[in-house]
Amino acid sequence: MSATTPVDRRSFLKTGIAGATGLVIGFYLPGRREVLAAAPDATPAVLNAWVHITPDDKVTILISKSEMGQGVETSLAMLAAEELGCDWKRINTEFAPADKVYYDPAFGMQGTGGSQSMHSCWEPMRKAGATAREMLIGAAAQKWGVDASECRAESGSIVHTATKRRATFGSLADAAAQVPQPKDVKLKDPSQFTIVGKPTKRLDTPKKVNGTAEFGIDVRRPGMLHASVEHCPVFGGKVASFDATKAKAIPGVKDVIQIPTGIAVVADNTWTAFQGRKALDIKWDEGPNAAVTSASIRKSFEDACEKPGVVSRKEGDAAAGLASAAQKIEAVYEAPYQAHATMEPMNGTADVRADGVDLWVPTQFQTPSQGMAAGIAGVKPESVKVHTTYLGGGFGRRGWSDFVAESTIVSKAMGAPVQVTWTREDDTQHDYYRPASYIKMSAGLGADGKPTAFTARVACDSIMSWFFPGSITNGLDSSSVEGVSDIAYDIPNILVDYHLMKGPIPMGFWRSVGASQNGFFSEGFVDELAAAAKKDPYEFRRDLLAKQPRLLSVLNLAAQKAGWGTPLPKGRFRGIACLEAFSTYAAEVVEISIDKDGTVNVHRVVAALDCGRVINPDTAEGQVSGAIVYGITAALKTEITIDRGRVVQTNFDTNPMLRMNEVPKIEVYFVPSEETPTGLGEPAVPPVAPAIGNAIFVATGKRLRRLPFKPEDIA
Amino acid sequence: MAIHFTLNGKAVTVSVNPDMPLLWVLRDTLNMTGTKFGCGMALCGACTVHINGDAIRSCVTPISAIAGKTVTTIEGLSADRSHPVQRAWMEIDVPQCGYCQSGQIMTASALLAKTPKPTDAQIDDAMTGNICRCGTYPRIRKAIHRAAELRTAPAKPAGATADDVPLADSVLAGGAE
Repeated sequence: MSATTPVDRRSFLKTGIAGATGLVIGFYLPGRREVLAAAPDATPAVLNAWVHITPDDKVTILISKSEMGQGVETSLAMLAAEELGCDWKRINTEFAPADKVYYDPAFGMQGTGGSQSMHSCWEPMRKAGATAREMLIGAAAQKWGVDASECRAESGSIVHTATKRRATFGSLADAAAQVPQPKDVKLKDPSQFTIVGKPTKRLDTPKKVNGTAEFGIDVRRPGMLHASVEHCPVFGGKVASFDATKAKAIPGVKDVIQIPTGIAVVADNTWTAFQGRKALDIKWDEGPNAAVTSASIRKSFEDACEKPGVVSRKEGDAAAGLASAAQKIEAVYEAPYQAHATMEPMNGTADVRADGVDLWVPTQFQTPSQGMAAGIAGVKPESVKVHTTYLGGGFGRRGWSDFVAESTIVSKAMGAPVQVTWTREDDTQHDYYRPASYIKMSAGLGADGKPTAFTARVACDSIMSWFFPGSITNGLDSSSVEGVSDIAYDIPNILVDYHLMKGPIPMGFWRSVGASQNGFFSEGFVDELAAAAKKDPYEFRRDLLAKQPRLLSVLNLAAQKAGWGTPLPKGRFRGIACLEAFSTYAAEVVEISIDKDGTVNVHRVVAALDCGRVINPDTAEGQVSGAIVYGITAALKTEITIDRGRVVQTNFDTNPMLRMNEVPKIEVYFVPSEETPTGLGEPAVPPVAPAIGNAIFVATGKRLRRLPFKPEDIA
Repeated sequence: MAIHFTLNGKAVTVSVNPDMPLLWVLRDTLNMTGTKFGCGMALCGACTVHINGDAIRSCVTPISAIAGKTVTTIEGLSADRSHPVQRAWMEIDVPQCGYCQSGQIMTASALLAKTPKPTDAQIDDAMTGNICRCGTYPRIRKAIHRAAELRTAPAKPAGATADDVPLADSVLAGGAE
């Protein structure tokens, strides 16, 4: 049994503190002592849903977002601490339980994705800190019989300015929890920030250098069993029959059970569960997709693009713009499926009991995880406690709850806590993939070399058809066209249309989503236009971005820092690309060389970004640098291909990742900004592939229009 | 079958299937979860431990091969994060998701034990077996160089703090001139 107490939903008070974003924050009722996590020594005073303080002066900030490497645990704590006036060295964090109070207004649920966290939480987290501060001040003022306006918060204490009396947060916390929630709190002027904007050490690093950070796969519960599931290799297939005799004969195998996604072997350790899977004799009904190949999928996309699709953007008269052009350029670009390949394979731990469920899961989406487990267990969602662990990588993969479902199903069947662990092969072959996409583009250039028209026809696997069909209107999945439909250049006539493709391959959000492939398409094609216009690719872009000051500024900054136009050593070549994604502006310049066998070496990447105000420059640089590595991997090394209805790749030998010896020098620059923060987890991915492709063109004269770039296509 | 070995300085006996990889003995039998499962085929390095001082992939090392040997895991590298590699990792804030970092740290510490001042090429040779999907490689490289300094000059210069260590290659929050 868990030592935790269910959150009493009546304890929520919707105070209607509305931020500029229109977000209504729900606060816990003042004075309630809700123990939200495994019993600490001292029961914390709950000042609101995000700020708890114990008498020993420990300030705990609840983190409603999943920490998957992006540094959100630290950044969110920084926002609250900035207003709270606590001692940063005494800050403590806890991952929040699943509850409506923690919903992200952008998603209508609790979850992490879309490079959204800093944007969504910028105001609510500061307000949570400020509200708690005002309550602490209120308690101190009452205690001293002075006016609250004469007191201030400073390094974890409330100080009465005139008399220099001090009381620590911990000594005031209980009384503060009785102070009525202030309806409106004043937030600091940014010029007064002492934490936000300063390079700040990650709070999770100490736990990640000695093995104590608890990832989903590390959860250990009393009486916990380990399970692993043999899935049908063919998408859409199912078990026809199976013989578990040999598996059950293995010492340590507890049971073998059929579940909707395959056959689960339950054992007393993970390795024995894996051994049990190998001993299974399963006959699969491979279903209707057993003949599907990457080629057959590509053909369906190509065929679809013979006809007009749903219009996603129309400006002016593209046909007339093309007809009047001095020259017309046409190209077809393609991108393959991609697996997320998080370092921590999918896993989940569930304890299903008659009275409810405890989940210990590395999930990006708490609300769907909770709902999924509730449905399976036959309990109300509020009877499912979600303990979010650290995530060993997310990249969008952990927005799906399939691993939550499997662990809940097996725990329910076994009547015991169960951890389901996937192998690397399971992870590669049963992902929810980055869509494959096919695009036909055309453009006209006037005699002056300026574009007269741009058209694009996209056929792409629809993510939202898998994840949230209700979001699709008139057959348009905007995630399939983002990054091309919103092409930022000043082009008078634009027509983008789209064919929604829904095949058997499961689709999901992959770091930077549609922009991951569409950025390659649009920025590769714009480079082709520059070449056709006989213009420098940087200058060509610059001249078309006069109405896009933020994108222009990052383009200029990247070009300047990279030394665009200056001589390079022999055999080195530059490429450039820029894109807005998730309201963040990114531009990158790469330097490459090409070996005789066509192998591309990336030597240097210079990135410039405008993400509004940077909260933590240290983690911000890490996100951009990491996204560039992620982008190079997908540009040069990985693709998921389909044969006989199944994924061909299995492990890191066939789905190879970028390694230490292949990593370029990476330089990251931020445009100073006081705009509201936008995200950084994803936007640095999209420019990587086109910048490399554009450099390959400079080096070889070959325009590669299909990802990944393979040596045989270059040599 | 009872197998005796030394784990993080202590004598240990386990009675398990002799084919069971050391990784799973550590994680599931001994509940020492700092060593991670990544691929099961010695392709990613997440499971790296030291066996008699060498960096070894525990996911493909049967426990029977460990009998009588000395194993060090991330939990045993130091009691208090004082190993120069751990200190350098904290100074430079290397980890992002952190899942691969136990293996990175174990590989890096084995490298430094044999090559106290590694060149970039030697770092490439030693570290290329360890995948990081968050792409922390530039900071890993920097932290290995820093750990090499810390090994020989453990005391910090007066007045220096961890925040004084600049990030390689990058200029933060600024730059438009």
